[in-house]
Amino acid sequence: MSEIFSATVIIGILTSGIRLATPYLYAAIGETFSQRSGVLNLGVEGQMLLGAFVSFYVAFTTGNLWLGLLGAMIAGALMGLAMAYVTVNLQAVQGISGIGFYLFGLGMSDLLFKMLLGTVETVKGFSVAPIPVLSKIPVIGEIFFQQNIMVYIAFLLVPTAWFILNKTTLGLKIRSVGENPDAADSLGVSVAKIRYFTIILGGTLSGVAGASMSIALLNVFQQNMTSGLGFIAVALVYFGAWRAWGVLAGALLFSMVQAIQLRMQIIESISLSPDLAVMMPYILTIIVLVASVSRVRAPAALTKPFDRGD
Amino acid sequence: MRSRLNTLFDALLPVFATLAALGVGMIMLLILRVSPLEAYGALWEGAFGSTNAVAETLVKATPLLLVGLGICIAFRANVINIGGEGQMIVGGILATQIGLTFTEAPGWLIIILAMIAGFIGGAIWGGIPGILKAYFRVNEILSTVMMNAIAVQLMNYLLRGPMIDPTQLEKASKIPQTARLVESFRLLRWAPTRLHIGFVIALVLAILVYILLWRTTLGYRIRAVGQNPHASRYGGIRVRRRMVTALLLSGAFAGLAGAIQVYGVNYRMITDGSASGFTGAAGFNGIVAALFGQLHPIGTIPASIFFGALLVGANKMQRVVQIPSALITALNGLVVVFVVSSEIWRRRRQRQRLAFARAAEKDDAPPPSEINPSAEEASTS
Amino acid sequence: MKKNLLIMFVLVFALMLSACGGDAAPVEEPVAEEPAAEEAVVEEPAAEEEAMEGPFRVAIIMPSSITDLAFSQSMFDALLAVQEEMGGEEAMEIVYSEGMFVVDDAAAAIRDYASEGYNLVIAHGSQYGSSLQEIAPDFPTTAFAWGTTLNTFKEEGIENVFAYEADSHEGGYVNGVIAASLTESGVIGVVGPIEAGDAALYVKGFVAGAASVNPDVEVNVNWIGSFSDVALAAEAANTHISAGADVLTGTAQMVVGAIGVAEESGVLWFGTQSSQTSLAENIVVANQVYDWTVVLDEILANIENGVYGGEAYTITLANGGLVMDYNGAFELSDDVKAAADAAAQGIIDGSIEIPTE
Repeated sequence: MSEIFSATVIIGILTSGIRLATPYLYAAIGETFSQRSGVLNLGVEGQMLLGAFVSFYVAFTTGNLWLGLLGAMIAGALMGLAMAYVTVNLQAVQGISGIGFYLFGLGMSDLLFKMLLGTVETVKGFSVAPIPVLSKIPVIGEIFFQQNIMVYIAFLLVPTAWFILNKTTLGLKIRSVGENPDAADSLGVSVAKIRYFTIILGGTLSGVAGASMSIALLNVFQQNMTSGLGFIAVALVYFGAWRAWGVLAGALLFSMVQAIQLRMQIIESISLSPDLAVMMPYILTIIVLVASVSRVRAPAALTKPFDRGD
Repeated sequence: MRSRLNTLFDALLPVFATLAALGVGMIMLLILRVSPLEAYGALWEGAFGSTNAVAETLVKATPLLLVGLGICIAFRANVINIGGEGQMIVGGILATQIGLTFTEAPGWLIIILAMIAGFIGGAIWGGIPGILKAYFRVNEILSTVMMNAIAVQLMNYLLRGPMIDPTQLEKASKIPQTARLVESFRLLRWAPTRLHIGFVIALVLAILVYILLWRTTLGYRIRAVGQNPHASRYGGIRVRRRMVTALLLSGAFAGLAGAIQVYGVNYRMITDGSASGFTGAAGFNGIVAALFGQLHPIGTIPASIFFGALLVGANKMQRVVQIPSALITALNGLVVVFVVSSEIWRRRRQRQRLAFARAAEKDDAPPPSEINPSAEEASTS
Repeated sequence: MKKNLLIMFVLVFALMLSACGGDAAPVEEPVAEEPAAEEAVVEEPAAEEEAMEGPFRVAIIMPSSITDLAFSQSMFDALLAVQEEMGGEEAMEIVYSEGMFVVDDAAAAIRDYASEGYNLVIAHGSQYGSSLQEIAPDFPTTAFAWGTTLNTFKEEGIENVFAYEADSHEGGYVNGVIAASLTESGVIGVVGPIEAGDAALYVKGFVAGAASVNPDVEVNVNWIGSFSDVALAAEAANTHISAGADVLTGTAQMVVGAIGVAEESGVLWFGTQSSQTSLAENIVVANQVYDWTVVLDEILANIENGVYGGEAYTITLANGGLVMDYNGAFELSDDVKAAADAAAQGIIDGSIEIPTE
């Protein structure tokens, strides 16, 4: 048991938790934007998969990772655009159209994979890029500053999202559209434009989440490689109560427990059935949320299509 | 006359939308150098082309309908249950355990007990998020997603260990599955097809859920909570309790679907390590079916059959024209998107009609939601 | 309004097209299906004659994808090899259903292929056994096969089901021997899906093989609870590496994530089921490759003689069904290679017995 408290084990777990949190952060921050404007997007997983494939394929054929990342952003944005048209203009039930987009992304990414690649391949993805000076700090440097660039960007995204949502006019508009679209509309804010913006942003970030897996953390693409991760990301938005820092807390909690779970399995003195170990992150996330008794309310207009009544 | 035409158009709207989605699918098929005629011919053939095809469609529709009924209840109370997968698994586990424990008992008794066990299993797995939501403010989307994952690992644990088929224990392969159910425990089947009595059970339950929601006080309260929790609270309805009831019942129907899957189709539980290996993703697809059915229990019946047909037919299409299964998944996604998007036309005309009706008979027009569960309501849930 | 008209037009167009499709199918179908249905009723000799005339028709149902670099691909590749051996598509027709992880969808596929008169229907997954047990008796002149298991349901009175299994602990043992010889840190990591079936067997063999070289080598095993979670498989590999592992192995289709990590970190990898060398030529040392052609040849020979089932086959190192595939680009020292060959030879001649309990 004492083994788990040794410094190397703890550093290992924290480093691993940070890595695991990366795709969740991109996807969940994106989802936070769209939910704040009143749109529930359950299609995150599909957008991630398409982003993962496109970035992998572009990087694989051109050898340029940044081009790959751009490809993922475009793929995600296009999915977001379609989602926005369906939920804003056609006022479709959001949860269900999201499931539709999930299935589409799941199928399409696999189909393209089969047609264009045909077999599992690897790319040389973004590799670990230690940040000068900071990475030399004992312990902390090793945990936070010896990661790849996609990890750094993910963590920088959190304060950025917080700033945009809370300190800018755009953020104010997004929030007002999510709370009271009628009032926002009467003040001259275009509900449709704002929602288009947030859904496309959400899609773009989901695409990047996929890319962070296929060209930075795993360097492979395989069908259904996200395996439910996108749905967890949506759940984390609820955990974080629609706040960027809350989402960060949720993503870190879930990923850290995941990392602990993996580590515990290989420590001989702890004998726990692997199935039960795998359950841990899911159970603990619920328990922590119960214990924290958050009083935050959902954006009032969440899932409600807006109709100007014309 | 005109209004009847309108109603017909409304009812057929999902069909038109599906055809439009298949139209887009045609492009993909052509890119894959497959004849769309042959492909869609096979789809139709697989879903409705023979007695056996129709039976397969109904077998597929059964869990969709049961899960969908639960979704009708939950969404009416304005709680979103995406935990159908986990609830089916737990229902299936408890029901299977009944059949494995009492191997000597008469078949009818075991079947009844197993169905009850499935119902209870699902109710527990749905009730937990219900309690968490009502009393601890844990959002149900979060808790049901997590509970799905927990259920899968629980299943893997049980089927590898405590519940494993004793004959597998001696073998090197150790397939994670339970023993097979005794023959007398199986649901009545319309041989030689796989259509079993579970479909009829689901139909009867659809009527019961309709009665529950629109003819009982409990149903009224559930719907009231969904439409306006604040007003309901002032009206003396215990909102929290009704939320729990709604999620509990919703889970129970999914649990029953799991039990019926075991006793009607698979005759044992097997895991491939994922939820959908057992559920066939009915926990998710049931939500889609319920929404196609306008969140109305009776409307969910044709919606489930329609969606079941699509799934069964698509598999046949994959077999006949030998395209990657991925295309089928993408196509299903397109169908879902097109169908939910098409709703806008029905809603628009409904609004026109309502305005027309209000102008005509200002006095005793019942509130809109009582005439017809409007899409307005559906979209808010 | 214009937009609505356009959409209506698309709707009608699509409707017309699918109406045509609906008409076309019934005309076509009877031709394809009727003889098949009769064939199932008529006694065996007629069915055999039928088989002699056209190509031999094989259908396969797989849980994963034909390109998974693992279990499903191993069988599909073998089928293609047998097809080529027999003389291409004229001699053997292959159809497949991949991604059939839903057990009752697979059952529908099995029944459908059987009723269309395929000579051999392979249900390539141990979760399909129950379905075969239901379906096989209805099609006495169709041969079925499934794995991995040794159960042909002969005891239940079913005569037309073959079964096949891989003694994956054998190649696992050899991999373990090499791994334990190559590790410098004395720590080896294993990434597995769920602890059952073929995966559990492979890992048992691997652990035993490593211990046979050096009992002090630490073999850490991680079961990630999923066959599809590539990200978790990758992080499991990271966890092993941070626990000091410099050699990794793993089984099932989600390990591609772990291979990506292994390559990035420059630790060695041992594959199983299919050859994974193409993924990471610098770090893959050896693969245990399942060559099911051995089994397929036997099954085909049996069918030719009118035997449609009742036999169970195991691929082993001895019968050439399990092949140790070494990565030519990786320089393996002579004594390690010799130790590996000795282990393989020991397993073949029976002098090494691998505990599987």
